[in-house]
Amino acid sequence: MALDKNAPETRSFKVVGSRPLRPDGIDKVTGRARFGADMSAPGMLIGHILRSPHAHARIRAIDTSKAEALAGVKAVVTRADFAAAPEGMEDVLDNCMAGEKALYDGHAVAAIAATSAAIARQAAKLIEVDYEVLPHVTDVDAAMAPGAPALHDGRSDETVPDGYSANVMSRVEYGHGDIEAGLAKADRVLERSYKTAATHQGYIEPHACLATMGPDGQADLWCCTQGHYMVRNTCAALLGMDQGQLRVTASEIGGGFGGKTTVFIEPVALALARKAGRPVKIVMDRTEVLRATGPTASSSIDVRIGMTKDGRITAADAELRYQGGAYPGSPVGMGSMSAFAPYDLENVRTIGYDVVTNRPKQAAYRAPGAPMAAFAVESAIDELAKGFGLDPLDVRLKNAAREGTRSSYGPTFPAIGLEATLRAAKDHPHWSAPLGPNQGRGVACGFWFNFGGDTCVTLNVTPDGTVTVTEGNPDIGGSRASMSMMAAEELGIPYEKVRTVIADTGALGQNEVTDGSRVTFAVGLATIEAARAAKREMCARVAKIWGIDEEAVIWEDGAAKPAGPNAGDYPPMTLAEIAAIASNTGGPIAGHHEVNAEGAGVSFATHIADTEVDPDTGATRIVRYTVIQDAGKAVHPAYVEGQFQGGAVQGIGWALNEEYIYGADGILQNPGFLDYRIPVASDLPMIDTVILEIPNPGHPYGVRGVGETSIVPPLAAVANSVSAATGVRMTDLPMSPPKVLAAVQGQQEG
Amino acid sequence: MSGTKQIFLTVNGETHEVSVPPRKLLVDVLRDDLHLTGTHTGCEHGVCGACTILVDGQPARACLSYAVQMEGHELRTIEAMAADGELKPLQRALHEEHGLQCGFCTAGIVMTFEAYLRDNPEPTEDEVRDVLSGNLCRCTGYQNIVSAVLKAASEMREEAQV
Repeated sequence: MALDKNAPETRSFKVVGSRPLRPDGIDKVTGRARFGADMSAPGMLIGHILRSPHAHARIRAIDTSKAEALAGVKAVVTRADFAAAPEGMEDVLDNCMAGEKALYDGHAVAAIAATSAAIARQAAKLIEVDYEVLPHVTDVDAAMAPGAPALHDGRSDETVPDGYSANVMSRVEYGHGDIEAGLAKADRVLERSYKTAATHQGYIEPHACLATMGPDGQADLWCCTQGHYMVRNTCAALLGMDQGQLRVTASEIGGGFGGKTTVFIEPVALALARKAGRPVKIVMDRTEVLRATGPTASSSIDVRIGMTKDGRITAADAELRYQGGAYPGSPVGMGSMSAFAPYDLENVRTIGYDVVTNRPKQAAYRAPGAPMAAFAVESAIDELAKGFGLDPLDVRLKNAAREGTRSSYGPTFPAIGLEATLRAAKDHPHWSAPLGPNQGRGVACGFWFNFGGDTCVTLNVTPDGTVTVTEGNPDIGGSRASMSMMAAEELGIPYEKVRTVIADTGALGQNEVTDGSRVTFAVGLATIEAARAAKREMCARVAKIWGIDEEAVIWEDGAAKPAGPNAGDYPPMTLAEIAAIASNTGGPIAGHHEVNAEGAGVSFATHIADTEVDPDTGATRIVRYTVIQDAGKAVHPAYVEGQFQGGAVQGIGWALNEEYIYGADGILQNPGFLDYRIPVASDLPMIDTVILEIPNPGHPYGVRGVGETSIVPPLAAVANSVSAATGVRMTDLPMSPPKVLAAVQGQQEG
Repeated sequence: MSGTKQIFLTVNGETHEVSVPPRKLLVDVLRDDLHLTGTHTGCEHGVCGACTILVDGQPARACLSYAVQMEGHELRTIEAMAADGELKPLQRALHEEHGLQCGFCTAGIVMTFEAYLRDNPEPTEDEVRDVLSGNLCRCTGYQNIVSAVLKAASEMREEAQV
């Protein structure tokens, strides 16, 4: 059976592009879906974690004896219960359970397993930790300055120039051309500094897990995660286990947005289960989620852009400083790579500094690193365009990256959709709609790479002719539906005949975490290839039955058909007919595909935001909002629209309200949803969406990722809109009412 | 810490005798003791609405009361909403309109509007957004939830006329 493997299919689709009902919908509207905290086990204990009340403190000693003596307490663990972490995983372990020092308010220092949550909490109060409180730092620029309190000594790598504190971990640089020569050709060079606050992913489901371990060391873990293979590998390493001895099952996941791509409580629950000899469940509360799981980085960014008066960018330069909490690994690299990615630039440079502070270690958050960079760059371009009296969409079109553009971070772009999103924005009725008093309109572009990675899929044909797709990525954005759709499309059978399940770690080979908008692309690619493998097998079986050459059997409309010299010789055999007699033709039929998926397609978006700013209070209301994004191919358009809307609203929250607020004492002041305010329904208008489809040449159906790009433009789109509404340029996020009011009043007085 | 109290809780039409510490939250008793895990805990301070249930027909946060306070009250949880196998109009509409992504907040939204639509059969979009503001959803941007509530309200009005 011959299949064209490489070219994106230009044919019309039957299932892909339709909007079937979601397979997890009934469970979720009836309460049947089982999330992380919903699992129990016989003899189960409840785990609880004691956390540092200090932003920075040396742990001189921990006395757990009184806690251990409390009736109902079955195990207490500290760092001493973990072996030395393998190389490269020291920080992961130290973040899960502090070693020599507590590095932030909320850092885990000990954990208890007891017969009830109340006893575990009481036991935590009996643990005596002898802290030597140390000076701390939580602001990125303050942390970089010489003389700042150092979290780790001697860990800066050789890329960091002299003159910085020990908190600067590394420096990256991207770009090409000659910045100064480019700036010299500009009619105006704009220099601006921008700041963004740390924000949290804000998933409504707190982290939760249930660990069991037998005396033989065989263990099972149930948890809400974006990647249970990552959980398996990491926990096995931190507990000194063979990966094969730990089976991890992913629960339904109540939101993640990147924040569930690492471990926090899982190794601790396993260590407690090992020590107690009983199952241990740990469920975080909201305060723990905010204090001790990954928010995103906060940033401080300087931008210099030169532009001619007709809107051509002659040079673009940025220095990005991201603090990623207590350990190296802020997303400043991706921020630096993405900052100018939408533009075709002769002279471009970004320099990024990865900085540690006394805050929780950052975790990925939807397009990690990109929204802050886009906020700075898109604000600066907007200011330049308006200064010359140019249309901000025209300026972006004039400089837009397109097929063949050498990107600011190195690669040359294949077919991409930025220009299409900009033209769609110009043509959208939103762009020319009238504005009311105190209202303004802003526009911004955004870019995200999208990823592929290790992926493993099995497609099983059951004896009654239905199909199960088994994949290893937790369904965080609708992947069970999209995999079923792609399998149905490929096999030529109805969507309803395919069910996709998420396997535990024992069922498949390694699967990369659900991140980087990789699943619809990479798992989709593997699903299509697994379906093709099953089709080849079914064609071979039928060729045997008919006694003709395998090459003379083709697959069409869900059935094997004779072709070539044998065309019309036999009636087609459907998938169900082939499946029914599989036992007699060689055994069960399944297709597999294992791949490190390459060929992910970058994606671009343009957002238009209208805001109204109350001149008396500084409060900003989103009046109208439009998302235009290239999806490559929208497998399930309703899910794609949902990703566009959800990402935009998270970005709106980042722009207007959300921030980690630390006091001078280094303690997080707003660790709850009352004071860390995410957008609510009445804050928002309908978020309008436009899906464009510029096929990704690296995927059989042209799929790009769609999940992350939508959070990149809103920070700048909203800021540019507020600037248009007020006449004041806001460079410090969030644009909370007091800040906007002060800026507006400052302008009136000035 | 010591001591538990025997109480009778009436949940979804059935009365359960449970032994609970006086300071155990209603949501924890529903989930841990009665195994009604469709009610979710998201914030423990009444903001996110994921734990919304009906107490004597009115929406209430199960994380803001103790179980021992609930004796003599009629409690209803998400598990009662399609107990006869037939989805309520709002459940059906949330499913059909893609009014959920991760689904963690969904049960609380169903319970909030179970009461609201009963008392307010013709809500405007602004009113729906206002009421929905007591339930946090981080995935959807709320648009499809609002659409689902309006669709359910419309269907319920039609059913009422028949």
